[in-house]
Amino acid sequence: MHMQVGEHMSAGNAASIHKDIEGRGRPLAIEARGLVKSFDGTMAVKGVDISVPEGAIYGILGPNGAGKTTTLRMLLGIIDPDEGVRRVFGHDRPHDIGRLIGYLPEERGLYPAMKAIEAIAFMGALRGLPLAEGRTRGLELLERHSLAHAAERQIRQLSKGMAQTVQLLGTLVHRPKLVVLDEPFSGLDAINQGKLEGMIRNLAEEGVTVIFSTHVIHHAERLCEGVAIIAGGKVPYAGSVEAARDRIPAQVRLETRAREGAWTAALPEDTRREGDFFYFPLPESGVEPLLKQLIDGEAGILSLSIERAGLHDAFVAIAGEAAAKQLEADQVGGAA
Amino acid sequence: MSELDVKPRLSRLEAAWVIARRDFIAVLFSRAFLFFLIGPLFPVLVGGLAGSIGGEVSRAAVSTEIGLAMSASDNAAMKAASEKLRPQLRGVVPEFAEIAEARANPDFNARTFLEEKKGNYAVILSGSLAAPKVVGTRGQIDRWQGPVELIAATAMGASPTAFPESSSSVVASSAASERSNRVRTAQAAQMVLFLLTMLLAGMVLSNLAEEKGNKIIEILAAALPMDAVFMGKLFAMLGVSFVGIAVWGTVGWGFWAIAEDAIVTVTQTDYRNLPGPAVGWPMFIALGVIYFSMAYLLLGSLFLTIGAMANTVREVQTMSMPVTMMQLMVFFLAAYTITMPGSNLETFAIVFPLSSPFAMLARAALEETMWIHAVALVWQTISVALLVKGGSILFRKRVMKSGSAGRVKRKRAWFAGRKAADALVEPAE
Repeated sequence: MHMQVGEHMSAGNAASIHKDIEGRGRPLAIEARGLVKSFDGTMAVKGVDISVPEGAIYGILGPNGAGKTTTLRMLLGIIDPDEGVRRVFGHDRPHDIGRLIGYLPEERGLYPAMKAIEAIAFMGALRGLPLAEGRTRGLELLERHSLAHAAERQIRQLSKGMAQTVQLLGTLVHRPKLVVLDEPFSGLDAINQGKLEGMIRNLAEEGVTVIFSTHVIHHAERLCEGVAIIAGGKVPYAGSVEAARDRIPAQVRLETRAREGAWTAALPEDTRREGDFFYFPLPESGVEPLLKQLIDGEAGILSLSIERAGLHDAFVAIAGEAAAKQLEADQVGGAA
Repeated sequence: MSELDVKPRLSRLEAAWVIARRDFIAVLFSRAFLFFLIGPLFPVLVGGLAGSIGGEVSRAAVSTEIGLAMSASDNAAMKAASEKLRPQLRGVVPEFAEIAEARANPDFNARTFLEEKKGNYAVILSGSLAAPKVVGTRGQIDRWQGPVELIAATAMGASPTAFPESSSSVVASSAASERSNRVRTAQAAQMVLFLLTMLLAGMVLSNLAEEKGNKIIEILAAALPMDAVFMGKLFAMLGVSFVGIAVWGTVGWGFWAIAEDAIVTVTQTDYRNLPGPAVGWPMFIALGVIYFSMAYLLLGSLFLTIGAMANTVREVQTMSMPVTMMQLMVFFLAAYTITMPGSNLETFAIVFPLSSPFAMLARAALEETMWIHAVALVWQTISVALLVKGGSILFRKRVMKSGSAGRVKRKRAWFAGRKAADALVEPAE
């Protein structure tokens, strides 16, 4: 029996927020409650709750060392949680439905002496696909990604980018219903990142659930229907990207001809002035009453725009400045 | 056919087969396998060379020649008497050589001659036939005094001039000789089993460490139960070892076919008439194959776990020494109990999983009872399963940690003290 997304508040982490993502009515591909994991007394994950509906693209967003990989490994059954429950397609033991899962670990690994086509077929065989069928499908995938010429080349003869693509194709060759990607964009150049984003979107269009970890906010913002923000082994927010952004009121940017006047009294208390612009949160009543007062007060409105908060702002608000700064540092490090 | 219509997962056997098939093919067509095949040549060559050199040195160093410093006639009489006694006394009769320095030299002093480290004689014989004087070290005098006296007596005509001719009746074996022969068979079988497992287990030790180096292990661990991965790897290496043994066996048989007599002469062992084991050769060979498999699976599963704990090939090399020592200890235990059938120590060697195949193979050589082999094999199979399960649990528990953040901080904390360690509850990624 599946629970509805968002209906369950964390038992292990009462501070967590679980906003509904647009998955109401859809069964859950992944459901985790109160996952805890320690390594030799060091707590890596301190009570993670995640709900991912089938067919969603879901991001686990957090700085390096936040507990993303450990969480994914627990979800996949590579390691068992010390506490908490996880279910993948309703199964407690992910290995029982290994055929339905594809996994790309953060540390890419292939047998260096294996031919590309054999590597793809072998990865399919690990998930129950017959080798011959794996070779046929592997060739199709390589052709689709303009890598047919590399099919008979050994992995050690391929460029890093090509090898990564081969591994990703190996992850998909058995046509999984759930694809888990751990930091899939790391190490890829901008062009290949774009291609990977396209592949992820295509998978979602085919009904495949995609969950990936990243420390790059833009990828999550561009791709994901839902995100779990993870910091210090905890998930302070899990839910839709939209809901995360909605946690911060939209900002109004106002530019006026007049600098002073009685009309300034109409501006909200927490207005700040930067150069020619006034910034303040969008009032609950909207901008219309304010506009009237500004016009009556002859402020001379040059421009007025309402800017919705980005996921980055939401991350700062949810995970805190420190986590956000670390995330930014990771992104710079990752880009370098 | 929808993806959901097919079986959602591989069975453990199927999963092990996927791993075994890949590993078997990969190892068989690797350069490492070629080195593995020619590996045994080196110990054989080194052993042969060392034996040859050692023998030569030994022959040069340990002289059985007795220097003669008597009168010329006495010298000749001693030589003649020794030749006369040789058919009866065989190896007990020493070689005699006249000392050139003593010839026609009344001042020759045997004691001084030996003390000045001249010549290479076991002892020097001076005096006369009636009163021979043996000069040498205590050990050599004890060894040669008796034969010298007998030869001198013969030279003086004091011993019988004719010997009665005895007849002989050869018995194929006695209880004592059969036991002795079977002990030799048991020892040889244990030695072969030990050498084979030692050669092959090293390959297992580095196998998982290499996979960790290639970062493949996480893909395997995500797709398949870890015990199935371990099992697959073990059976792949067992298959490889059978290929290796088949190659070595074929080469050995080829040599035997070409140079049967030469091999018997050189090794001074008549392999055509090896002492038969208690259970008979066919059953003994069958049990040998089975016990080799069990010994290999037992040691392999242990080594696989150890190898999985290592992060690099260098760490594997560091672990190799204690592991080899452990193999030796197990072998010595089983070898020691060959001569102690029914003792508590032999029972321990049979029950202790790692020494059990060795001890049981020796049993097959010495005892005819068969049921005990069935029991031992069941126990060994259970032990393999337990070791594989334990290894996979340990692997999942201790090895599949992610990120270095937590570990590095723990290390620092160790030096900083317990309090600091408690404070550093930082997550690893």
